[in-house]
Amino acid sequence: MKGKWKALTFFILPFVLLFAAFYLAPILYAIKQSLYKVERKGTFGKATEVFGGLDQYQRVFTDGPFWESIGRVLLFGIVQVPVMLGLALIFALLLDSGLVKGRRFFRLAFFVPYAVPGVVAAIMWGFLYSPNLSPFTAVTSAVDLLDADLVLWSMANVVTWVYVGYNMLIIYSSLLAIPQEVYEAAKIDGAGAIRTAWSIKIPLVMPAIVLTTVFSIIGTLQLLAEPAVFRTFSSAVTSTYTPNLTVYSTSSIPNFNLAAAFSVVLALATCVLSFAFLKVTQRGGDK
Amino acid sequence: MKNVNRLAPTLVMGAATLYFLVPIWWLLVAASKSRGQFTNTAPLWFADFSLVDNLRELFAYRDGVFLRWMLNSVLYTGGAALLGTLLAAMCGYALAKYRFPGREAIFNVVLSGVLVPATALALPLFLIFSQFEATNTFWSVFLPSLVNPFGVYLARIYATASVPDELLEAARLDGSGEIRTFFTISTRLMFPALVTIFLFHFVAVWNNFLLPLIMLGEEKLFPVTLGLYSWNTQVNQIPELRMLVLTGALVSIVPLVIAFLILQRFWRNGLGSGAIK
Repeated sequence: MKGKWKALTFFILPFVLLFAAFYLAPILYAIKQSLYKVERKGTFGKATEVFGGLDQYQRVFTDGPFWESIGRVLLFGIVQVPVMLGLALIFALLLDSGLVKGRRFFRLAFFVPYAVPGVVAAIMWGFLYSPNLSPFTAVTSAVDLLDADLVLWSMANVVTWVYVGYNMLIIYSSLLAIPQEVYEAAKIDGAGAIRTAWSIKIPLVMPAIVLTTVFSIIGTLQLLAEPAVFRTFSSAVTSTYTPNLTVYSTSSIPNFNLAAAFSVVLALATCVLSFAFLKVTQRGGDK
Repeated sequence: MKNVNRLAPTLVMGAATLYFLVPIWWLLVAASKSRGQFTNTAPLWFADFSLVDNLRELFAYRDGVFLRWMLNSVLYTGGAALLGTLLAAMCGYALAKYRFPGREAIFNVVLSGVLVPATALALPLFLIFSQFEATNTFWSVFLPSLVNPFGVYLARIYATASVPDELLEAARLDGSGEIRTFFTISTRLMFPALVTIFLFHFVAVWNNFLLPLIMLGEEKLFPVTLGLYSWNTQVNQIPELRMLVLTGALVSIVPLVIAFLILQRFWRNGLGSGAIK
């Protein structure tokens, strides 16, 4: 019995301590910081931190560019996440259908972009989009992929390019886990490949699709590397283009109290959205 | 009719392959060209092969700072993922295999950590580390990268499913200590899960850009992603950096592509079972 407690401490304590120090403490600290503000006595007076209540939050909620950036990533997510996961699902179903030869090759080829870190992928595509550097001058001389109207969707393409293969692999793995007997009845009924995919496969891999959707929602709200890199290529990307860029540029002013408030609001929004999505899909499953 | 049925899917997959691989092919070709030929030769085919010259220039630039960045990335990512996987595995295993008061509370708190985006932590972490004057150090990026709540979640699920209680009981009767049992028996049973947790963790740290961006000021400590980013922001002022950015981008993805090719068998199997439960 004594041995059990010793073992438990050994197993759990290291993680719990690190989790408390680098997960819980920052959250609490951010909340605390967001409740303070810096006050100066006169123009050149010494700056002191005083309790400001919800002052910073009032600034957050009246900050036009911040809410514009939230709207921008939401629009981005509403379009990009379904496109990306739709493609991932189609590719996974095609791989699983047995209609395509060279499965191993396709699986690897689609997955390779996932090995490219977001920053590097954005740099690469930045070059590909630039009118004077791109290999696709036929396209880039006709449309400016980096102007204010299109740059968001150019970034969506970068994210899609990186993550389709990864999501495809998650969905494909759960397709592989479906036991063959499940298909027997469908075969006897004479159901075709599309019919089988629609009525049997997709419902069975729903948990995997839900999981990838939640991860994608979280990822979309955190969009940072792509817009940060694209600032070099396009003047349309401002320093407050996405919520995380706002956090970064506010903290480099530096206004840490306001940046902390932005962080707290963003983290809350992310939790609420992914939690709401989980709840909605679970309710759908119960019916 | 049968052939038509196969033709369309193959065409779709072929087109998608082009979409995924052409950019990487372009990067390879571009990194093999001299500065002069980069803009005035066919972009998707090789000109005079100067990849070696470009590499030499890349690794010599500013006393070889690029090599330093690559090593940093390996340390930050590999180190944090290895150690972090072990910590997550131990915690998840204990939560699965022992009954004790507060077990569910710990699990729920850790699980809600999964929904907290890592980037929301970067700024407060910076503020905390600056209280101890520890920003701009190796540890300021390494230590926070160790924590992987999703790993605990996965480890608990796998341990419940793959480590039978009877086996642990038998080990106890044989006089094996709890900790020894974990390292000799349980980790072996959990191995596919551990590979999955490791890879998830590896990629998460590799892609975490905001933390090093906020935390680090000294170039010597940068991971390769931040280093390339900082060069890329200077391209407009220092045009010769452009070839270095391209060559560096190519070099930075080679290790990860190789690792994926080697580990993809485990990666695929582990992922599937993780997603289903």
